[in-house]
Amino acid sequence: MEYFLQLFFGGLSRGSIYALIALGYTMVYGIIELINFAHGEIYMIGAFMGLIVAGVLTAQGWPALSILVIALVVSVLYCAAYGYTVEKIAYKPLRGSQRLTPLISAIGMSILLQNYIMLAQTPDFLPFPRLIPDLAFMERFSNFLGTSDLFIIVTSLAVMVALTLFIKFTRMGKAMRATAQNRKMAMLVGVNVDQVISMTFMIGSSLAAVGGVLIASHVGQINFAIGFLAGIKAFTAAVLGGIGSIPGAVLGGLVLGWTESFATGYVSSDYEDVFAFLLLVLILIFRPAGLLGKQRAQKV
Amino acid sequence: MLELKHVDAFYGNIQALRDVNIRVGEGEIITLIGANGAGKTTTLMAICGLVPPRSGEVLFQGQSLRGVSTDKIVARGICQVPEGRLIFPDLTVLENLDMGAFLRSDKDGLATDLEQVFALFPILKDRRRQLGGTLSGGEQQMLAISRALMARPKLLLLDEPSLGLAPLIIRQIFDIIKKINRESNTTIFLVEQNANQALKVAHRGYVMENGRITLEDSCDKLLANHEVKKAYLGL
Repeated sequence: MEYFLQLFFGGLSRGSIYALIALGYTMVYGIIELINFAHGEIYMIGAFMGLIVAGVLTAQGWPALSILVIALVVSVLYCAAYGYTVEKIAYKPLRGSQRLTPLISAIGMSILLQNYIMLAQTPDFLPFPRLIPDLAFMERFSNFLGTSDLFIIVTSLAVMVALTLFIKFTRMGKAMRATAQNRKMAMLVGVNVDQVISMTFMIGSSLAAVGGVLIASHVGQINFAIGFLAGIKAFTAAVLGGIGSIPGAVLGGLVLGWTESFATGYVSSDYEDVFAFLLLVLILIFRPAGLLGKQRAQKV
Repeated sequence: MLELKHVDAFYGNIQALRDVNIRVGEGEIITLIGANGAGKTTTLMAICGLVPPRSGEVLFQGQSLRGVSTDKIVARGICQVPEGRLIFPDLTVLENLDMGAFLRSDKDGLATDLEQVFALFPILKDRRRQLGGTLSGGEQQMLAISRALMARPKLLLLDEPSLGLAPLIIRQIFDIIKKINRESNTTIFLVEQNANQALKVAHRGYVMENGRITLEDSCDKLLANHEVKKAYLGL
């Protein structure tokens, strides 16, 4: 039982990270029907920014938890700016062209950012300090739930709740929903669609930054290529849940996290990725729109 | 109030509007009739800046709309009920109406306008918590008109409000168009294939063929015009 719980919470924390990144994919897709392949790189850049902040503040002797909070905030702001800029440079000029064009631009952006970080930083793995301290009251759960897992789960949950409230109740959130459902009509009621698109990229990038910092502190090392696999996994999660659907991205992330965790625990860690992508293949065969995706007949 | 001067518009290399001149005075109901593909919808798109004119000019209240983005045009008081209604399918009726008032911030005015819209279309009040996508075609048309009214437009553009609706509902919709014009003095520019109905509601009309305006007159005269009768009224 303890083993099961350990796998369960491990999968939950891993899945929460996937969900955070998947939200960026799914929101962007919902608004402009583009798979933003550079999204994984934003996550990686978020982790690097976290490392820089952590390095500076650790040298100054700050306590770990406050470093984590500051690293999260700085990284979120930095990545939001990155997301905004990437959209303006790589996607906005291509709006209105064929669907394949911005997709290729996205792949190019991904390669560019990876190589830029590799050259600007280092191709080697860098150690990332443990910013999540062990809490005393967590001692008795330590057999199956570590403090950093708990921290990841709680932070992700809080971020997702905040996102849901934002989309449901704010003016910008309403504009985002309207734009996702019908861009032309959103313009005709006075929504500034360029602003909505920029905002979507900034929010998605911020979520990826949160994921990047949390997982880097959990795993303990980062390099320029971590965005690739994380990006592919999160993309899988988004498709699994139904791309374009926000609850779908969360569900897809969790299902993927659990699948990997249980497959690793009960079968073999060598097969972790096999099970993850097998799941994707099965979903695409039997439920191509994803778990929560809709196949809607258009009313004319 | 609205003036189109020598407007040319293109989709890629294909010219959809050729030297279009239209004038809509304050408080008028003006109709633009023509066959499928004549360029009626494009005319509305050109006014709203979604298909910006390549040459010529659109003037609203004496000011040029050249280079003005769609959301700014809407902010100046032009609202469109587009072809196919374009209801937000996953928003409730109430949320759809709320989106119509996206650029407004006067809470009190919104509440009264909502009451007025519900008085105009009581069925929408019954269905206010239902998702827009679950409404019937006629109800969606009512919602689309109401959504535009929630913006309190100075100029209301209607693109084929009768399309695909039952005759009884069509008559109801046209009655309400007249009522909106009369009671709130909203200027209306009505694009229709249903020439018979449109010419009965409007004050003046334009006839469009292959992207050009071919006729322009008062509606009584257009209804009596031999060409119009033959081509659009099936008489």
